[in-house]
Amino acid sequence: MKYKLIKIIITVFMFIVGIIFLLPFIWMLSASLKPEIEVFAYPIQWLPSEWRWGNYVEVWSGQFPLYYWNSIKVTVATTLISVIVSTMAAYGFSKIEFAGKNIIFLLVLATFMIPAQAILVPQFMLYMYLDLFDTHLGLILLNSFSVLGTFMLRQFFVGIHDDYIASAKIDGAGHFLIFRKVAIPLVLPAISTYGILRFIWTWNDYQGPLIFLRSDHLTTVQLGISKFSSMSGEFYSLIMAGTVSAILPLLIIFFIGQKYVIEGIAMGGVKG
Amino acid sequence: MEVEKRNHNLNRDRKDQPKVKKRKYLKMNTKETWAGYLFISPMVIGTSILVIFPIIMALIVSFTDWVFIRGIGDMNFVGFDNYTALLSDDLFIQSVKNNVWLIFAVPITMFLSLMLAVIINKHVYMKSFFKIVYFMPYISSVVAIAIVFQLLFHPSYGPINEFLMGIGIEDPPRWLADSNWALVSVIIISIWTSIGFNLIIYLAALQNIPLELYEAADIDGAGILKKFRHIMLPMVSPTTFFLLITGIIYSFKSFELIVVLTSGGPGYSTSVIVYYLYEQAFEYLRSGYSSAISIMLLLMLFVVTALQWLGQKKWVNY
Repeated sequence: MKYKLIKIIITVFMFIVGIIFLLPFIWMLSASLKPEIEVFAYPIQWLPSEWRWGNYVEVWSGQFPLYYWNSIKVTVATTLISVIVSTMAAYGFSKIEFAGKNIIFLLVLATFMIPAQAILVPQFMLYMYLDLFDTHLGLILLNSFSVLGTFMLRQFFVGIHDDYIASAKIDGAGHFLIFRKVAIPLVLPAISTYGILRFIWTWNDYQGPLIFLRSDHLTTVQLGISKFSSMSGEFYSLIMAGTVSAILPLLIIFFIGQKYVIEGIAMGGVKG
Repeated sequence: MEVEKRNHNLNRDRKDQPKVKKRKYLKMNTKETWAGYLFISPMVIGTSILVIFPIIMALIVSFTDWVFIRGIGDMNFVGFDNYTALLSDDLFIQSVKNNVWLIFAVPITMFLSLMLAVIINKHVYMKSFFKIVYFMPYISSVVAIAIVFQLLFHPSYGPINEFLMGIGIEDPPRWLADSNWALVSVIIISIWTSIGFNLIIYLAALQNIPLELYEAADIDGAGILKKFRHIMLPMVSPTTFFLLITGIIYSFKSFELIVVLTSGGPGYSTSVIVYYLYEQAFEYLRSGYSSAISIMLLLMLFVVTALQWLGQKKWVNY
């Protein structure tokens, strides 16, 4: 009984700490719905005196829908390709015996240490040469070959007992059939976890579009809000409406798939 | 004689047997090998073109004086000139120092996350609610976070300074506008964004500690602090090690936050290696010089990782 009471007190205390932790988000949301003059009013008016939904209308009447559409295109394509490529590689590296497997895996793994910024210049040259600069295709390819995804999924494939595969082989199944009918169903939760994570990372990517896109009509949401915020100067309520619009879809996906995301992060982390 | 011959035959048989087996195995192996290569080829080809080839290019270009707008033909090898120039480049050294300061965010984040994890793991209701709360910054884009914090930290009418002045601090720091405080602000923001990740990993580690250990400690009459010091800390030490490595490596890569938040300013006070690299490469178009920075960065990350692997034997408890 006494223990329960203490637990309730700690929960309430932690709830308050949690709210303080989230204040930047709450402030952002509240500022996005305020008339401009109230944004910096002090003491802070957490609830606007009048709800300015018009801020959102104004933001969305500009280029924002286009930026959104671009981001959706790039993110969905990147996620799909990356999941397929990583799952295949993970299967190959864990369930097939072939010459040079370990060396190639180590080599691929070693590239994980290379920071993306260290190879920006040669990548830029390469993209110019291949005509991939300032195209969505180039941006999609940039994030499609993920060592992290391969490594994460490989951990799960290693966990599948070889007997499953051996017995399928005795039945005369080739690797493609085994991959499709046996392996993928067994690691589907891991694949969806990686898919959600890749979606989040790609949606939030700013560096890629910053370096490899130039045209306004190709701009993604993250690049878009940074442009918007430097252009809109003093219209902070509008800028906040823009940032809320940029992170809201992800927060929704996160709330829906939070179990997958959090467990995936935890598993990948502890195992990695 | 007979016996010897038989023995000989037997030996020959034994020798032959593995040969036959080996050939058959080899045949199966080639089929397997092809399947293997097929499965890994998209990944390997993609990585080779987009990562391995560029890093080799970076290494080569780092020994040249190449400027991007000039054609490939206008590329002269200058030996180690870029590297020696870097070592006496004050702005580069400043950026390296700033990176070292940024590393301080890592242990602070880890400490806060471990404390939160211990409390959330055992002592609260609605555990998953708290997980979601602390994980939200990790999900949000760095650009959005940077834009919000620019306003929160606004020196004259940002809510943070309004609050500080409200509680009687007359001359609050000017945060991002002050070269002495800008880096501190960056550290605060990166702690805020990375607590969620560290917390989740620590929670998973805490849940893996066998309950018997605590029960045994209870029987021995160990207090909370003793249990923390002698059971929990050693049991999560592999996780601590993992978080330390990834945290430090990640802090070397913090590029987006700096670009959007400060552009390295005021006066290079928040410039980090990757930002300086970006500036040299894409604003001054000095491809050779910036490639030398890339290689230096890679070497530094290599040294950090190697040192940590060597050091872990001393304090990680597997």
